Amino acid sequence: MSNEVKGSQPSRRAFLKGAAAVGGSLAGGGAAMAATPDPLIVEKQPWAQGTGDGVDATPYGLPIQYESDVVRRNVEWLTADTISSINFTPIHALDGTITPQGCAFERHHSGAIDMRKDDFRLMINGLVDTPLVFTYEDLERFPRENRTFFLECAANTGMEWAGAQLNGAQFTHGMIHNMEYTGVSLRTLLNEAGVKPEGKWVYVEGADASSNGRSIPLEKALDDCMIAFKANGEALRKEHGYPARLIVPGWEGNLWVKWMRRIEVTDQPIESREETSKYTDTLEDGTSRKWTWVMDAKSVVTSPSPQAPIKHGKGPMVITGLAWSGRGAITRVDVSKDGGKTWETARLANPGQPMALTRFYLDTTWDGEEMLLQSRAMDESGYVQPTKAMLRETRGENSIYHNNCIQTWWVKSDGEAENVEVS
Amino acid sequence: MSKSRNLLLTATLACVAAGPLLAGTYGLGREALPEEIAAWDLDIAPDGTGLPAGSGSVLDGEETFAEFCASCHGDFAEGVDNWPKLAGGEDTLADKDPLKTVGSYWPYLSTTFDYVRRSMPFGNAQSLTDDQVYEITAYILYSNDLVDEDFVLSNENFLEVKMPNAGGFIVDDRDTAEAHFWAEPCMENCKDSVEITMRALVLDVTPQDEVVEASAEAAPQPADATAPAPEPVVEEVALDPALLKKGEKVFKKCKACHQVGGKAKNKTGPILNGIVGAPIGAVEGFKYSKAMKALGEEGAVWDDENLTAFLTKPKKFLKKTKMSFAGLKKEADIEAVTEYLKSHGN
Repeated sequence: MSNEVKGSQPSRRAFLKGAAAVGGSLAGGGAAMAATPDPLIVEKQPWAQGTGDGVDATPYGLPIQYESDVVRRNVEWLTADTISSINFTPIHALDGTITPQGCAFERHHSGAIDMRKDDFRLMINGLVDTPLVFTYEDLERFPRENRTFFLECAANTGMEWAGAQLNGAQFTHGMIHNMEYTGVSLRTLLNEAGVKPEGKWVYVEGADASSNGRSIPLEKALDDCMIAFKANGEALRKEHGYPARLIVPGWEGNLWVKWMRRIEVTDQPIESREETSKYTDTLEDGTSRKWTWVMDAKSVVTSPSPQAPIKHGKGPMVITGLAWSGRGAITRVDVSKDGGKTWETARLANPGQPMALTRFYLDTTWDGEEMLLQSRAMDESGYVQPTKAMLRETRGENSIYHNNCIQTWWVKSDGEAENVEVS
Repeated sequence: MSKSRNLLLTATLACVAAGPLLAGTYGLGREALPEEIAAWDLDIAPDGTGLPAGSGSVLDGEETFAEFCASCHGDFAEGVDNWPKLAGGEDTLADKDPLKTVGSYWPYLSTTFDYVRRSMPFGNAQSLTDDQVYEITAYILYSNDLVDEDFVLSNENFLEVKMPNAGGFIVDDRDTAEAHFWAEPCMENCKDSVEITMRALVLDVTPQDEVVEASAEAAPQPADATAPAPEPVVEEVALDPALLKKGEKVFKKCKACHQVGGKAKNKTGPILNGIVGAPIGAVEGFKYSKAMKALGEEGAVWDDENLTAFLTKPKKFLKKTKMSFAGLKKEADIEAVTEYLKSHGN
C-alpha cells in the first residue's frame, strides 16, 4: 500500500506559467521553447515508480477526483424546495454529444422515487380492444430499438426572457441531456392492446405522486415514441425514471414521463395541470399558447463561457458548443465573434442526427481582443435560431418556456466570459 | 403425472389462443382487471368524464384547506414562500409579471380537482376523500371570488362553474406566427453597431460554488467492500415501536416544510432533529418569526407541554408564528409524532 501513487502536486503550474510567458513573446513563431527543463519530464514521478489501484478498487467507477466540479447544480431560489425542482447539466465542461446519466439534469415534481423492477406495472387502458398490464419482464420480450435523442426542458433558458440573468452555460442552457435509449416503441405496445378507431390521444402518467400526466396526440404516439429502460447502455438511473420512462423525440421534456405506469387511449386531451397551468406560454396580450410541444432549433457555445474561461492566452483555440432541433437534424451552425455583425460557419463534428444533440467546433485563432460570442443553429426544415429581440417581438417577455434565442457571451481580454445581452 | 401435465399444457394453449394473440400481436402481458383500471384510471377530462360522485362546501373547505393545504399555500390560498399561489392575479396576464393562479389562469376546473385528488397534499398524496377534494376545490374557487361562501360544489353542478380564463388559450401557432424564422440568415454586415445592454454579473443571482469546491478538497474515498457495516444506532431512551411507526405516518403532514435525519436542511420550516427538549427558536440558520424568537429568548423549551400545545393549535400557542398549519386534532397523533421526533436526535 505504502508505495501506491497518491495525487501529488509537482510545480506544474509554475512551469506552465513560465512557458506561457515564453510562448507569448514568440507568438506566431511556432512552438514555444522552454527556458528550463520540465520537472514533470526530467524528474521521476511517483506514478512512474509505484503502482496504481488494483481492479475492483471501485466496482462501479466514478469520475476521478480532479473532475469533481463537473456536477449537476441547482439554483436554489428558483423553487420552494428540492423535491419539486430542477438542476442543470454541466454542459460547459462536457464534450461530444452523449450526456452521462450521472450528471444529466434532473427535474422532479414529487421527488425521484425508488421502484424495483419487480414492482413495475405498465397498464394500457381506455379506447383499446383489450386493456393490458405489462411487467418489466414483458417489456424486455418485445422487439427492441436503440435511438439517441436530446431531452430539453421547455423551461431551459426560461430565466433569460427578461434579460441576461444567470452567469454560466450550465444555468442558462443546462436543462438538456442527450442519451442513447434502448426500449420498445410505443406503437408496438399500443398495437398489442389494439387502439379503437375513436382513439385520438394517449394520456400518459408516471407512478410517482405527481403522476405528471400529459396528453399526446395518437399520431405522435404511433410515430416515434418509445418506452425506454436503458440509457447509454445501462439501466436508467433512478432520477431518470428507473425502471422505465417515456421517450418523446423532439418534444418538450415534461412529456417524457418517468416511472411510467399507465397509457390511456382517449378521444380528447385531459388538460392536466402540466398542460394547462404549466407548460403553456403566455404572450404579450395575455393569451397563452398551449400544446407547444416541439422544441425549436437552438444552440449555445459551451466553451468558452462564464464557467469555462480562456486560460491559455492568445493563439490557436477551439470554440465549441451544442445545437439541436425538435424538427429534425441540425444542418448548419454559424458563430459570430462580434455580437452578430459577421458570422462564420462552424464545423459539425458529425452530420446532424434528427432530434439529437450535434457538436460544433470553430477552430480559430484568438487575437486576445474582446469577443461577443454567439452561435446560431439551422435545422433541416430551414428554421433559423432567432435573436432574443425577434422572440420578444412575437411573444413578449412572459412566455417562461421555449426560449431558444441566440445567446451572447462577452469574452473579455483576460479570457473571462460573462452572460450579456446585446443590441 | 403425464396426464395432469397434458392438461396444463392444453389449458395454457387455450389461454394464449383466447388472449391478445387474436389481434396478431406478441401475446405478452395480461388483461387488466376492472378493479385495477378503477384504481389507476383517475384522470378527469374538461367535460367532467371521470368525476366521482360527491360534494363539498366552501365552509367545510375552509377547515380542510387549513388542515391540509395552508402550510404551503397560505390560509387564503395566497401562497407561502415560493410555494404556488392559488388565488388572486385576476387581469394580470398581460402585465409584466403575471400572477397565474387557479382563478386567473387555469382554464378548466377539472384540472384542479384532478390534481388535488391525485397529487396533494404534497408528501401524502391520495389521502383525501373525494368529498374533501370537492371541499378544497370549492374553497379555492371561493378564495378567487368565483363563488359565494354558501356555495356547495358537487359532480352535479361542476360544469356550471365558469373559469375566467377558459377562453385565454390558443393552439400552438408558431408555424404561422413565426414563419419569418424560416429564412436564409445574414452572414456579413448584419448590423451597424453592437452594444451590451444587460449584464448577468450586475444582476448577480448566479449560485456560487462553495459546496463543490469543498468536496474537491475532500477527495472521495473509494468504496471499501470489506468495511464492517455500521453499528445500528442504539437509542438511549427506549421508544415504543408501534407509536414510532404511527408517528412516522403523522409526520407526513409536516414533511412538506420540515425535515429530519442526516441530510435534513432548513426548509419552509426548521430542521427538527433533536427538537424535543431543545430551546425554542434556536435551530441554527432558520429565520423565525419575531414572536418565536422572543419566546426562545425568555428561556422556553420544547418540552412535552409546549410541544403539545403548539401542535394542537399553533396560532393559539403563539399568535404570530410563521407556521400556518392548523394543528393536529387527535391527541394520539400528537403523542405519536412527538415520539417520532424523539427518535431523531441531533
